[in-house]
Amino acid sequence: MTIQDEQLPDISTGLLALIVRDVSLAVKRPGDVLNPLFFFAMVAALFPLVIGPGTEQLQSIGPGVLWVAALLATLLSLNSLFLSDHEDGSLEQMLVSPVPLAALALGKSAAHWLSSGLPLVLVSPVIAMTYQLSLSVTGVLMLTLLLGTISLSLLGSVGAALTVGLHRGTALLSLLILPLAMPVLIFGARTVSLVAAGDGVAGGLYFLGAYVLLMLSIAPFATAAALRISNE
Amino acid sequence: MWKFLHRLASPPHFYRIAINLIPWFAMPGLLLLAYGTYAGLFVAPADYQQGDAFRIIYVHVPAAYLSMMAYMIMAVSAGIGLIWRMKLAHAVAAAVAPLGASFTFLALATGSIWGRPMWGTWWEWGDPRLTSELVLLFLYFGYMALRNSIDDTSKADRASAVLAMVGAVNVPIIHFSVEWWSSLHQGSTLVRKGGPAMDAAMLYPLLAMIFGFTLVFGALLLRRLRAEVLFRERRKRWVRDLILSGNGKR
Amino acid sequence: MQLSADHLTLYRGQRCLFKGLGFALNPGELLLLEGSNGSGKTSLLRAIAGLLELESGTVRWNGTPLLRERQSFQNSMVWMSHKPGLKGDLTLVENLRYEAALRLQAEVEFATVLKQLGLNRLTRLPVRSLSAGQQRRVALARLLLSSATVWMMDEPTANLDAEGRDLVVKIVGQHLAKGGMAIVAAHQDFDLDAPVKRIRLQ
Repeated sequence: MTIQDEQLPDISTGLLALIVRDVSLAVKRPGDVLNPLFFFAMVAALFPLVIGPGTEQLQSIGPGVLWVAALLATLLSLNSLFLSDHEDGSLEQMLVSPVPLAALALGKSAAHWLSSGLPLVLVSPVIAMTYQLSLSVTGVLMLTLLLGTISLSLLGSVGAALTVGLHRGTALLSLLILPLAMPVLIFGARTVSLVAAGDGVAGGLYFLGAYVLLMLSIAPFATAAALRISNE
Repeated sequence: MWKFLHRLASPPHFYRIAINLIPWFAMPGLLLLAYGTYAGLFVAPADYQQGDAFRIIYVHVPAAYLSMMAYMIMAVSAGIGLIWRMKLAHAVAAAVAPLGASFTFLALATGSIWGRPMWGTWWEWGDPRLTSELVLLFLYFGYMALRNSIDDTSKADRASAVLAMVGAVNVPIIHFSVEWWSSLHQGSTLVRKGGPAMDAAMLYPLLAMIFGFTLVFGALLLRRLRAEVLFRERRKRWVRDLILSGNGKR
Repeated sequence: MQLSADHLTLYRGQRCLFKGLGFALNPGELLLLEGSNGSGKTSLLRAIAGLLELESGTVRWNGTPLLRERQSFQNSMVWMSHKPGLKGDLTLVENLRYEAALRLQAEVEFATVLKQLGLNRLTRLPVRSLSAGQQRRVALARLLLSSATVWMMDEPTANLDAEGRDLVVKIVGQHLAKGGMAIVAAHQDFDLDAPVKRIRLQ
């Protein structure tokens, strides 16, 4: 037996393997990816039904509605982020792995974004079309959703990690994450509205970008700490 | 100094000291509140724009300030508890959260009452401070809900500490984003509370109320903390001795 | 190399699970945690692994407190609990390939290990379709494939037939013979021809 105490497993290999594992799991269970997307589309479809079909009205509420729907759909998919890992024991294996837990937490967020945030961004133009949003507004909407869902996947992983072992976790997760997600929601939706009104977009996008960086630097560590606590 | 702090951090010692500290907060606090209330209601002149309605700031401003301060205390002590594994710090975080939520609610209620004569509505989404107070209230609710849903005290302490710290990073950002959001809100011209130059007869009662509220807040926190410490240490010998000796009722 | 602990104390709610426990484990030795169900042996095992925060006491790996050198200890430790830690939708090979990225691997042939465990015919099936006993064998493969010195096992013989139990005992014996260490929580006897230390929990 060769024992090499100094040699540690490669962090990026571990992170990548986790992303590959989670994404291939998502591919094998397409329902997990599709359900939040259908939910997103349905929430967005409710508003014209209750408010009325006026084009101008739809255009003005469109960005806000799409953003709220995206946030709720993300919350829906966050519930199961650590759930199956917790149940089958693979979360425990992550906790005892020599790969730093924060790196694995980052991997989980990345996989979550690839299987929930990115699809949301990709289907958003279809929904935006039904709200009669113009092409340029739709483009900005996609850009804000792109940046915003990255932040939500990171921030949400903290909430999912805190609630993973709890039986009332579902409602609690929303209660924890929604107020924290407020800045993303406000900047995301408002930037799109501003573009629709003919204003510039730079400020809002800069903010969303900066928020992604902030979340990248704190969320994986907070998630790692939360996972250790939840798994006792 | 360190020795004093270290001893203070030991629960039985804190429990004994706190009872003596409470009057030092409560007495001057109540005096200041009495003066502030009297001067605020009868001495301070009516505002030339807002009339007598402005007088609600004597409750609103201290409550709003303490709601933020309580969150800071909660996040900092949660961080201390998490990093240095100090049990008393976790107890502080647990004790301060409901107080903070109450003051946030008070700030929201007084803000809303003030808004009625000013804006003609009980709630004005265009006011960034009220809106971020509302988000703050939700943050407190989330924190307390997480705490309540974990049975094991030590686990609840540490999990909620993570949340409080992430929340503390977000609070200024939430405030900033709400400001930004309302600055875009068109058609709402806000009447700014207070104003740049405040008459001394208005200002002194306000300062008295701020300090008074802070001291009473301190006294309430110490009281809650004593109860919290007693509950957490219920299986320890010193608590049993205390109860058996009959001093527990104090 | 040494894994040691002193003054381990843990409460669950109001109940004291253990108090003032200590041990020192050297290469080639087995530590058996014994006790009936609910006596806290799983908690003790998890606490030694750093998965549970202790009320007081320190676990040391090569003399350094484990919580300070978590990564170095986890690099030398592999964990087997009653949960298999496998993804049911993935095949055995996919599962083990992912595992291989999470910890350093021993210089053994993948196929040899699978053959030793009687798993070589099941590599293409999703793990979900394997029986509980077969899944435990896959979990054993995780130990055999890793280069870790310390094996920590919670009820390793549960869900296994007599043949499987003998296999577990044999594998642990071989690991100890090569200078490895093992900590095993078991409520039934774990007969092994190796230096055994015992902690009995009430």
